[in-house]
Amino acid sequence: MKYIDEYRDPARVRAAAESIRRRVTRPWTIMEVCGGQTHTIVKTGLQDLLPPEVTLVHGPGCPVCVTPVELIDKAVAIALHSGVIFTSFGDMLRVPGSSKSLFDAKADGADVRIVYSPLDALKLARNNPDREVVFFAVGFETTAPANAMVVWQAEREGLTNFSVLVAHVLVPPALEAVLNSPDCRVNGFIAAGHVCTVMGWREYEPIAKKYGVPIVVTGFEPVDLLEGIDMLIAQLESGRAEVGNQYRRAVRRDGNRPAQERIAEVFEISDRAWRGIGEIPASGLRLRERYRAWDAGTKFAVDVHGVRESEECIAGMVLQGLKRPAECPAFGTRCTPETPLGAPMVSSEGACAAYYLYGKRVQTDVPAASSEQ
Amino acid sequence: MLLAHGGGGRMTNRLIEELFLPEFSNTVLDTRHDGAVVAAGGAKLAFTTDGFVVRPLVFPGGNIGDLAVNGTVNDLAMCGARPMYLSSALILEEGFAMATLQRIVESMRIAADRAQILLVTGDTKVVDKGKGDGVFVTTSGIGIIEHPLEITPAAVRPGDAVIVSGDLGRHGIAVLCVREGLEFESPVESDTAPLWDPVRALIEGGIHVHCLRDLTRGGLSSALNEIAASAQVGVRVREADIPVSDAVRAACEVLGLDPYYVANEGRFAAFVPRDEAERALDIMRGFEVCRGAAIAGSVTESPAGVVVLESAIGGNRVLDMLSGEQLPRIC
Amino acid sequence: MCLAVPGKIVSIVEDEQPHLRRGKVDFGGVLKEVCLAYTPEAAIGDYVLVHVGFALNRIDEDEAHRILDTFREMDELAQAQAEAGGDTAEPEQARPETGGDGS
Repeated sequence: MKYIDEYRDPARVRAAAESIRRRVTRPWTIMEVCGGQTHTIVKTGLQDLLPPEVTLVHGPGCPVCVTPVELIDKAVAIALHSGVIFTSFGDMLRVPGSSKSLFDAKADGADVRIVYSPLDALKLARNNPDREVVFFAVGFETTAPANAMVVWQAEREGLTNFSVLVAHVLVPPALEAVLNSPDCRVNGFIAAGHVCTVMGWREYEPIAKKYGVPIVVTGFEPVDLLEGIDMLIAQLESGRAEVGNQYRRAVRRDGNRPAQERIAEVFEISDRAWRGIGEIPASGLRLRERYRAWDAGTKFAVDVHGVRESEECIAGMVLQGLKRPAECPAFGTRCTPETPLGAPMVSSEGACAAYYLYGKRVQTDVPAASSEQ
Repeated sequence: MLLAHGGGGRMTNRLIEELFLPEFSNTVLDTRHDGAVVAAGGAKLAFTTDGFVVRPLVFPGGNIGDLAVNGTVNDLAMCGARPMYLSSALILEEGFAMATLQRIVESMRIAADRAQILLVTGDTKVVDKGKGDGVFVTTSGIGIIEHPLEITPAAVRPGDAVIVSGDLGRHGIAVLCVREGLEFESPVESDTAPLWDPVRALIEGGIHVHCLRDLTRGGLSSALNEIAASAQVGVRVREADIPVSDAVRAACEVLGLDPYYVANEGRFAAFVPRDEAERALDIMRGFEVCRGAAIAGSVTESPAGVVVLESAIGGNRVLDMLSGEQLPRIC
Repeated sequence: MCLAVPGKIVSIVEDEQPHLRRGKVDFGGVLKEVCLAYTPEAAIGDYVLVHVGFALNRIDEDEAHRILDTFREMDELAQAQAEAGGDTAEPEQARPETGGDGS
């Protein structure tokens, strides 16, 4: 596939890894804040290719993981309403709420359907005028233009049987929350390439300056991630703290204007609770007053009581890169992908799930690339 | 019950371990192989059963009918048994179109002829409209084992080569694309096919086949994990050596799926001694259905029960058993 | 949520309402209909990044090739040096440090 395969080419990967190896002189900790990048790193075993001085840490880049329990409970309650078709991206289905996940609700008879695009949900609403279609609008800024568009369209069409349950989160406030933590050991950040495709990278400049940390906007393929890391190491080794752009083929400093405009038309910034971390001011999006009729949270006055979060779960510490999953006492024992205590163990991008599948067994002698079978 | 319990991954296995095995435990069942190898009147037989619930019923490359016949033929073949007799039980929903039933039954006949298996008994039931989702098919099969090899996970040894009989993921993608309305330049077709001929050729060719497993729900990953767990060995495979067609790869990228977990219906993994691997490959490649066979990796002593994948860029990850069903991701 | 896949626009359906502008995009053989409202400048033959049914950006092909060429050259140089048994000093060309203003 064009613009994918070339960035996975082993020869280029080798060259990029070599560049890092030559550059690095002391230990550095680098954090990425994007579930998609976590996924590539784990799936390709990228850490194996880095010199030991470079440690990769996963940040709160998994919007699935940080969606508050209350919202999951709300989603489940709405889904269980008769007449509702509850639509969501696949990622959300297994995340545990206080007692149930959406998957459990489906087993209980709720009409829960996986969609690939909010446009599919809109179409369902048009084709099923006697049903209430709800879409679980979870995501970072990458998904906001799509979600904004469907609400905008629904309003124009006067489509009243459609609403969205908004769980949007923003990256820059999350970065600041991580940096504000007194135990923060992160030296540099890989910024999410697709978020920046929409938003550009201007908003990272004051952060880099204020905290003195380099930030590099990076793509998702192995060559991208290695080049992004290389650029970070170059800055760190020379004491610089600027915003760089590795993902030049897709990201411009100002981002995508039409997309930003549509987002601003439909959404406004709000405070938001991040599961495991707590409330981060001005870190989320909610529908503007004009579009409240399409807000499922308002439309379905569901009362969510007894919101329970596992006391053992240290998701917050893990999400901020303060603790590794293996340092959690419940890791791998009481908390596993089948019996998750918190969201990072459920989502395939969650650090805990990633470590469980890959890291936990790395204690045994699994050699890095073997030349012989 | 959750859909995940039928996914072929960890939850399915737990259900079997926690509910079915304790009730029914016996030496045959406890081997946990796809088919049961039993002795009767001096003959060594294989006996298997399977339920088919695929939706949509008709998909590019086949329908529930040939899926059912091939599925049972293949379970027998994986025991090293020559497929002989088949039964078929249909549960039909009131209102189901006769024309569709005709088509399905015709496909079953064609598949049975191709696999040289005889359908000798069957049953038909009809349930009220709304209680049946069209049609459910259950097939059972009997095969005969006419050689002394013990083809079972317990025979797997560290050092064995792991051969994959062809490119992965066609069936799962073919079905998913109909469900999701995905369009292709050239549509991906299900790989449903009978596998006894190449298996017989391996056995008759003198290959000391240690274990065979067809790659169905849960994909390559489930099959390798089950055998690694059963045999208490490690398995190490290389992404660069595992064939996946461009079309399947593209579909997986777009849908956010991992091809190692996608279902197949005409592919198997063979565990053979390392020094026989090249010859086994030659034998297999002589059959259309195994034209794309390749050595995917090998069996290791440790870590026991763990399947490790060396990625195309040279890093490692554990190819874990799926928990439930693979869900498409957008993250 | 960041899975965006690059694909080539093979056909476009224009509409007087810009938000309805859509096209067929080819992802390595898989064809999907995509909303092009956010990439008004994209034309047939262009590559776009698609996320949940929306094109988010056009891919700048020059930039795409730049990084591929850089690493390809570095690797070839490294292989040549390894064969010659020579020292592995850094190549002369500037390696990417900051991206600067990509606009």
